[in-house]
Amino acid sequence: MPTPTSFLTEAMRRQAVGRKGPAVTVAVEKGAIQAFARAIGDANPLFNDEAAARRSRHGGLVAPPTFLRSVGSTRPELPFEVPFTRLLDGGSDWEYFEPVRPGDRITSASQITDIAERTGRMGLMLFMTILITYRNQFDQMVATQTSTTIRY
Amino acid sequence: MSEQVYWEDVTEGMGLPPLVKHPTTRQLVQYAGASGDFYEIHYDQDFARSTGLDGVILHGALKNAFLGQLVTQWMGPQGSLKRLACQYRGMDFPGKPITGRGTVTGKHQRDGQFLVNCDIWLENSQGQKTTPGSATVALPSRSTLSGA
Repeated sequence: MPTPTSFLTEAMRRQAVGRKGPAVTVAVEKGAIQAFARAIGDANPLFNDEAAARRSRHGGLVAPPTFLRSVGSTRPELPFEVPFTRLLDGGSDWEYFEPVRPGDRITSASQITDIAERTGRMGLMLFMTILITYRNQFDQMVATQTSTTIRY
Repeated sequence: MSEQVYWEDVTEGMGLPPLVKHPTTRQLVQYAGASGDFYEIHYDQDFARSTGLDGVILHGALKNAFLGQLVTQWMGPQGSLKRLACQYRGMDFPGKPITGRGTVTGKHQRDGQFLVNCDIWLENSQGQKTTPGSATVALPSRSTLSGA
């Protein structure tokens, strides 16, 4: 497939930045935390063992740092078609403010904060930066995730 | 559980205990289920090859989780993760071990918290850093342990 040498215009960039994905609220189940810890192969008692976690300063199970990947956050749709079919995850930058516990209701919301194009090894690539915020049922900010998605 | 590390015990340049992971295709399927990321490049060999890859690759998010494990196991139950960042620079494949490593780059106090910054990364068996990143943790301090 021939790839264009340039795609993104300043007008498109302005149109994209600030676009939001629909907010989603999910109830965190203890079993989901434990299943996530098993899937990543992390035997830390704080994420797996209720009795041991109860004796910790948390007083019960907490979720591993990247568990918030599993709460179904949405991604904003671009307001235009892109000539790319492939997708790669470029990286993530998390900030943590409160622990995630079983029984929490986590609301995630996403927003495009930047979009840029670059020519790389695999031709023209579109880099989209998305900020996802995660709040709990007390309206406390639990974490933020700044994530880069690459389309090429 | 490992012994608790205290802020006073940490020095710049100190290494974090390495974390060796042996990801398998089974783990990729398990992670897809646990995370809800069902993009086929992580479990369907034919699909992965059709996109130009050599085969299925690890989820970036799973590598992010390995780095989280590297840092949380080091900081201990009284530590608190403040920031975790990484970039996916190279692909990693099931059946190939990868090792998480880290180095302390600095420590400081802020708002009554005892903070430590680290460079962290995953490297493949050729020693290439496929997933470089950084982390900040708050550790307990011996100064606030007794008589406080």
